[in-house]
Amino acid sequence: MSAIYILWLREIKRYSRSRAQIVASLGQPLLYLLALGFGLGPVFEKAGQGSYLQFVAPGVIGMSVLFSSIFSGIGLLWDRQFGFLKETLVAPVPRLHIMIGRTLGGATVAMLQGTLVLVVCLLAGFRPAFISTLPLALLFMALISIVFAALGTAIGSGLQNMQGFQLIMNFLVMPMYFLSGALYPLTGLPRALALVTRVDPLTYGIDGLRGAFIGTAHFAAATNAAVLGAFAAVFLALGAYSFSKIQI
Amino acid sequence: MIHVEALTKTFGDLRAVDGISFDVAAGEIFAFLGPNGAGKTTTIQMLTTLLTPTSGAIAIDGIDPRRQPHDVRRRFGIVFQDPSLDGELTARENMDLHGVLYHVPRRVRGERVQQLLTLFELWDRRDTQVKKFSGGMKRRLEIARGLLHTPKVLFLDEPTLGLDPQSRNQLWTHVRNLNVSEGVTVFLTTHYMDEAERVAQRIAIIDHGRIVAQGSPTELKAQTGTDSLEAAFLKLTGSTIRDERADAADQMRQMVRMWRK
Repeated sequence: MSAIYILWLREIKRYSRSRAQIVASLGQPLLYLLALGFGLGPVFEKAGQGSYLQFVAPGVIGMSVLFSSIFSGIGLLWDRQFGFLKETLVAPVPRLHIMIGRTLGGATVAMLQGTLVLVVCLLAGFRPAFISTLPLALLFMALISIVFAALGTAIGSGLQNMQGFQLIMNFLVMPMYFLSGALYPLTGLPRALALVTRVDPLTYGIDGLRGAFIGTAHFAAATNAAVLGAFAAVFLALGAYSFSKIQI
Repeated sequence: MIHVEALTKTFGDLRAVDGISFDVAAGEIFAFLGPNGAGKTTTIQMLTTLLTPTSGAIAIDGIDPRRQPHDVRRRFGIVFQDPSLDGELTARENMDLHGVLYHVPRRVRGERVQQLLTLFELWDRRDTQVKKFSGGMKRRLEIARGLLHTPKVLFLDEPTLGLDPQSRNQLWTHVRNLNVSEGVTVFLTTHYMDEAERVAQRIAIIDHGRIVAQGSPTELKAQTGTDSLEAAFLKLTGSTIRDERADAADQMRQMVRMWRK
C-alpha cells in the first residue's frame, strides 16, 4: 500500500514542479477553444445549434484530460529505460502495486490538468448551465483519466522505441479525439462515422461531460458512466498484464 | 555470496550468455569485464531478477531469484548503466522513495539517509533537485541510494561511464571504503581496465557469452604473460572491434544524449 501511495505522490510532485510545462500544455486547448469556438461559432449558430463555444468547451476539457492521461502512460517507454521506473522494477514490491500507483498518479495529474482547462474555458466565456452538476462533471473527468492512463500504461509497456510512439500518436490518439464527438454533435452523422464514434471510449466521456455541463447529451449519464467503467476495467487489466511482462 | 552455475540465456538463435559459472565470496569486490555485447549486462539482469535465465542456476546469498524474487531483491542494491534517479525530485526525496519501496522503517530511514548522504558528500545538497546535479553527483547519489536498505551485494553496471577522472577516482574510493566499513560484496562491470585492476580483488573476463579467464589481476597477467590488465584483456578477447547492432535502447540513449547537450 505504501508503495502505491508514494508512487502516486511522486507523480503529483513532478506535476506541481513543472510549472513551465503546465503553462505550455494550456496552449493547445486554448487554441482549439478560441479558433474553433469563435471561428465556427457563427456557422454553428446559423444551423440553429446555439453557441459553439458552449458546445466545444467540454470537448476541449476532455481532450486535455485524454492527452495528459495517455501520455503519462506512454511515458513508461522512457521511464523504464532512462528513468526512475527501472529502480522500482527491482524493488521488493509487487509489479501490480507499481502499475496502480503510477497509473493513479497519471490519472490524478490528468484531472488536475482538466480542471485547469475548465478554469481557462470559464475565463474565455464558457458558462456551464448547472453548477450543481459539477461533481458529476468531475466524475466523468476521473473516468476519462483512468481509462486513458490505463490504456497508456498498456501501450507504454509494450512499445519498444520512439517510432512506435509516433504511430500511436497519429493512428490512435488523434483519431480518438477527432472521432469522439468533441468537435461536432453525434446526431445525424453518416452511418460509418456514427459507428466509429460508438467504439471510441472518449465519445462517452465527452458526452458525459457535456451532459453535466450544458445539459445536452446524446446518451444517458448512467450509460456513459457504465461504458467508461467497463473500458476502465478492461484497460486496467490489460495494463496490469503488459506491465507485469516488462523486461529491460 | 553469488553462486552461478552453467547459466545460459538465449534470444532466438543468439546465445547471449553461454553456460557461465563463477562464485563471488562474501565481502569480495568482483569485476566482470568484457567487450561490448559480450553478455555482461544480460548476466547482471539475470542476477537481479530482471531477466529469466534460459537454463542454469543462480543463488544470491543462497536464494534462487526465480523462486523468491522479492527475497533476492531485498538483498542487493544496483546502480544501472542508465541513470534511474527522478530528476524532478530532490536528493532526499529520491532516497526516501527508495526507503519506502524497500520497507526501511521510518526512523532507521532518516538516520541512514543522513549517514549515507554525508558519506557521499551530498548532505549539503539534500534539498536540491537532482536534475541540477553533475554527472558525478548523480552517480554518487545512486550508489548511496543502492546502499540504503543495507544490501549484502551491490551491483554496479559501468558506474563511471562518462565521468571525469576526478569523479571516477572519488567514486571508487567511496566504493572501496564501503566495502570495508559495511562489508558489502561488490559486483561491478567497467570498460576501464585500470579501474578494475585497482579496485577488484578478483576478475572474470567474458567474451561471446563465455568466461574466458578468471582470477586475481596478478594471476590474469601471469596467465597471459603480460604486464598490464589491459594487455591481458586484449590478449584474451582479441583486438577486433565488436560492432553490435544498435537495439532500441541504444537508439533512445543516443536521443537522450542529443537532447542533453
